[in-house]
Amino acid sequence: MLNLTGDEDDVSTLQEGQERKRHRGRRKAGEREKKKRPRRNREASAAGEAKEEESQAQPQKGKRGRRRRERTEAEEAEGNQRGEEKHAKIKSGKAEKTRKNVRNEKTQKKDQEEEEEEKEEEAGGRNSKRKKRRASGKEEEKEEVESKHKEEDKDEADNEEIGVRPESLTAEELEKLKEAVDERKKLIQGLRGKPWPMKKKLVTLRESQEFVEKYEGALGKGKGRKLYAYKVMMNKKWMKFQRDFENFKTACIPWEMKIKEIESHFGSSVASYFLFLRWMYGINMILFGLTFGLVMVPEALMGRPYGSIPRKTVPRAEEASAMDFAVLWDFGGYAQYSVLFYGYYNNQRAIGWLKFRMPLSYFLVGVGTVAYSYMVVIRTMARNANDSGVGDDNSFNFSWKMFTSWDYLIGNPETADNKFASITTSFKEAILEEQESRKDDNIHLTRFLRVLANFLVLCCLAGSGYLIYFVVRRSQKFALDGLDTHSWWERNEVNMVMSLLGMFCPMLFDVISTLENYHPRVALQWQLGRIFALFLGNLYTFIIALMDEINLKREEEKIVKFNITMWEASLYNGTVSENSTALPITIQPADVPRGPCWETMVGQEFVRLIISDTMTTYITLLIGDFLRAVLVRFLNYCWCWDLEAGFPSYSEFDVSGNVLGLIFNQGMIWMGAFYAPCLPALNVLRLHVSMYLQCWAVMCCNVPQERVFKASGSNNFYMAMLLVILFLSTLPAIYTIVTIPPSFDCGPFSGKKRMFDVIQETLESDFPAWFSKVFSYASNPGLVLPFMLLMVLAIYYLQSTSKSYKEANVELKKKLQTVTQNQIAVFPVLLSPLTTTLIALLEKNNESFSHI
Amino acid sequence: MGTTASQLGKDLLSEYQELTFLTKQEILLAHKRFTELLTKDEKDRPNIRISMGRILALPELKSNPFRKRICHVFSTSEHKDGSLTFEDFLDLLSAFSDSATLEIKSHYAFRIFDFDDDGTLDCGDLEKLVNCLTGETDDTRLTTEEMRQLIGNILEESDIDKDGTVNLSEFQHVISRSPDFVSSFKIVL
Repeated sequence: MLNLTGDEDDVSTLQEGQERKRHRGRRKAGEREKKKRPRRNREASAAGEAKEEESQAQPQKGKRGRRRRERTEAEEAEGNQRGEEKHAKIKSGKAEKTRKNVRNEKTQKKDQEEEEEEKEEEAGGRNSKRKKRRASGKEEEKEEVESKHKEEDKDEADNEEIGVRPESLTAEELEKLKEAVDERKKLIQGLRGKPWPMKKKLVTLRESQEFVEKYEGALGKGKGRKLYAYKVMMNKKWMKFQRDFENFKTACIPWEMKIKEIESHFGSSVASYFLFLRWMYGINMILFGLTFGLVMVPEALMGRPYGSIPRKTVPRAEEASAMDFAVLWDFGGYAQYSVLFYGYYNNQRAIGWLKFRMPLSYFLVGVGTVAYSYMVVIRTMARNANDSGVGDDNSFNFSWKMFTSWDYLIGNPETADNKFASITTSFKEAILEEQESRKDDNIHLTRFLRVLANFLVLCCLAGSGYLIYFVVRRSQKFALDGLDTHSWWERNEVNMVMSLLGMFCPMLFDVISTLENYHPRVALQWQLGRIFALFLGNLYTFIIALMDEINLKREEEKIVKFNITMWEASLYNGTVSENSTALPITIQPADVPRGPCWETMVGQEFVRLIISDTMTTYITLLIGDFLRAVLVRFLNYCWCWDLEAGFPSYSEFDVSGNVLGLIFNQGMIWMGAFYAPCLPALNVLRLHVSMYLQCWAVMCCNVPQERVFKASGSNNFYMAMLLVILFLSTLPAIYTIVTIPPSFDCGPFSGKKRMFDVIQETLESDFPAWFSKVFSYASNPGLVLPFMLLMVLAIYYLQSTSKSYKEANVELKKKLQTVTQNQIAVFPVLLSPLTTTLIALLEKNNESFSHI
Repeated sequence: MGTTASQLGKDLLSEYQELTFLTKQEILLAHKRFTELLTKDEKDRPNIRISMGRILALPELKSNPFRKRICHVFSTSEHKDGSLTFEDFLDLLSAFSDSATLEIKSHYAFRIFDFDDDGTLDCGDLEKLVNCLTGETDDTRLTTEEMRQLIGNILEESDIDKDGTVNLSEFQHVISRSPDFVSSFKIVL
């Protein structure tokens, strides 16, 4: 066999001459061959280029051509392959021969066959050329250094090579061309991800674009061609539009510059708070859009106007003070009887000429906002988890400290100095920890102190809980007496106490935590946990107190209901006895007695809470940060010690505290939004102002943190907290919706037994009968239980898969280590590709793992 | 602003958008900042290089301990003086931009940390890296013993094939698992 190939080589030189002659002859022959000529040209140039570039891809080219022939001449093909292997060893220069070799055999065939063969061969040639390009591209990536001249030469050659008129191409060639075009397109898209200098990228881009433009239109024939051209054009337009849209979108992102400025001053951790704030703002915008567009506006435009029915009118007793600022500030008076609160909405099923289903819309928006929030939070969490990969891996502790600890955003020398210091400390700490875990000589004292600290914190928590409960109960008593008899403090006691507790308890915790002598990172976690517990406790005591109040109101409601029937009866009796002709009785809606409407009361409480919370935040900001900064700055000239460096100093921006505040604020919004549709709007306003105020405050009166924390690691931590709060805040809301019957004379669900009856009602009256039947079947426990079982099974399955992935991960890592340890002496060359593939495998595994 | 936009040219602008991770606004801003660094007579010349000294005066780079390395890595100058053309500058910003991929970021990070440009991170590179991270002052600098220990630990973790240096794929492997590399390897104008 080998012999045979050798012979062939010899023959090939001879044949080559013949081929050339024939070639020339054909050119002269002209007309008939016109079609083929350009292709010939290209082939020639391709061959020329092949000489220019020596590359391993060359043998491949021959291989391709030969593979084709395998179909007809199996034996020869086999021989050729062997021969080709030989060729592969003999490097440059031989390549030409291979080529001729191919042609050589061709001449033995008939003319028609030859034509076809040529096309195929040519296509294969181009194909392999592309391969070569790719291969060389990879080389470039590795080497990074390549003269531009060579590159340009190659490009020119390419352009010559494919100097074909599209009309003359057959289907297969078109296919190839299409592939080539697609390849270029892909190249263009991937270009930005290549670590090349701009000049090279530019050259490649222009060249590829030229190629694409030249041949894209050529694809397709006749009618199809036009369509194709049209499609290509539309595609281009679409791309342009997309890019413009992308630009537009980034231009629309608010506060980008502000956040960047902060980022460069304080590093990414402080900026992460503002990013979080902006994200929150976005969510609240959507919540606001939902409630405003689907609840408030329809009711205001299409519902019955103010004053038409009792629930939409200020009662006679309050009319005098309904417009007072103090009352309005308290969200009483006209504010209470407006679209801002639950009680104003009418229970009319459909309103306006649109037949807008108001109660249904109200209910669905309430559910929808919660569902949307869940979706967004969980989706963000999942994305964060994907981005960060498996973050709890501790195997690269030192390397990460080394390679990723610098925050490139820092542009402020002071922050940079702090960062230097913190990095040094972290290095030293890590080294110490690595050397040995330090022995604590006075472990009993530390333990005692820690227990004491926790005891103190618990006392604080219990005390604050009791204080809130006490205050809420007292305020109920005040409310029963009427507001006018009490001072401002007594009226706003609940909110003030809650805000003050939220302000001072964290400081107290901070002081207590110095007792514990924890590592700063651990201390921070404890601190966060305690503040979280405090806020949560406060919120829940507030809710429990509120529940008490709801029950009280419902008792009151019963009495009022009874009284109303009495009153109506007496009214009728009175009129009937006086005029026998029974005139229609006209009573002003303001005079009608009415129930206490606990829903509006709940809404009001939450709105007041939000307002007072916002106020305290702003005031703390102004006093704690701004005033302090001003005093420190200007008193420093006439003070006995250095204020700036010494005791009061400037304040740091408290990222975790602020984030916690934001999260709890959002929790209150979620809780109260059902009973006060205006809450999202208020929150949007609050966040908007916060953004500007805090941006300003942080830039003008805060100093960079001494311990610069990592931002991204805690991102999901905050998200998890948000999720917990979301869950905890929807619980009471859902509880009240499901278990407590709505008030009889206010709100969109009045007259119903439960709020969710509105769904039932809609199903019965607005949908065809079969639908409600299907629905009732679907909600049958016989169907629901298996479905839930299925879900549980699915979760179990996913979890076990992720576990197995985790195990595979560990296994791979072990393998990696053993491979590196064992084989290092034996196959030093083999090692690096092996490790690379293993690493790639590991990474892939990780990816699929994190997707779960 | 209007003049800068016209100077760049629409085609070039869209090409830059295609080739970098930057948006149109960011490219225009970069161009504005770049031309601000130029003197009067330099503004007319195309493909002008700005010397490293002037680039380092940018507030975004001023306090970065790797600023010189960054300039060297992104410079296409033949004299290896770290001077940047506008295109080099765009490359820099693109690699440090928000939307750049982990792959490209880690590639450039590796080259920035590779102080002697030999394609691997050896002990000398790591030592220089630690010194950059701990700052210039003596009180923050690590002792020789600490340094030795630290580098030993790092090599133990990341040097998978145990050849005493960290190569690109090992580096990328380590970096890709880090939770906050992408978020901190950023420079914005």
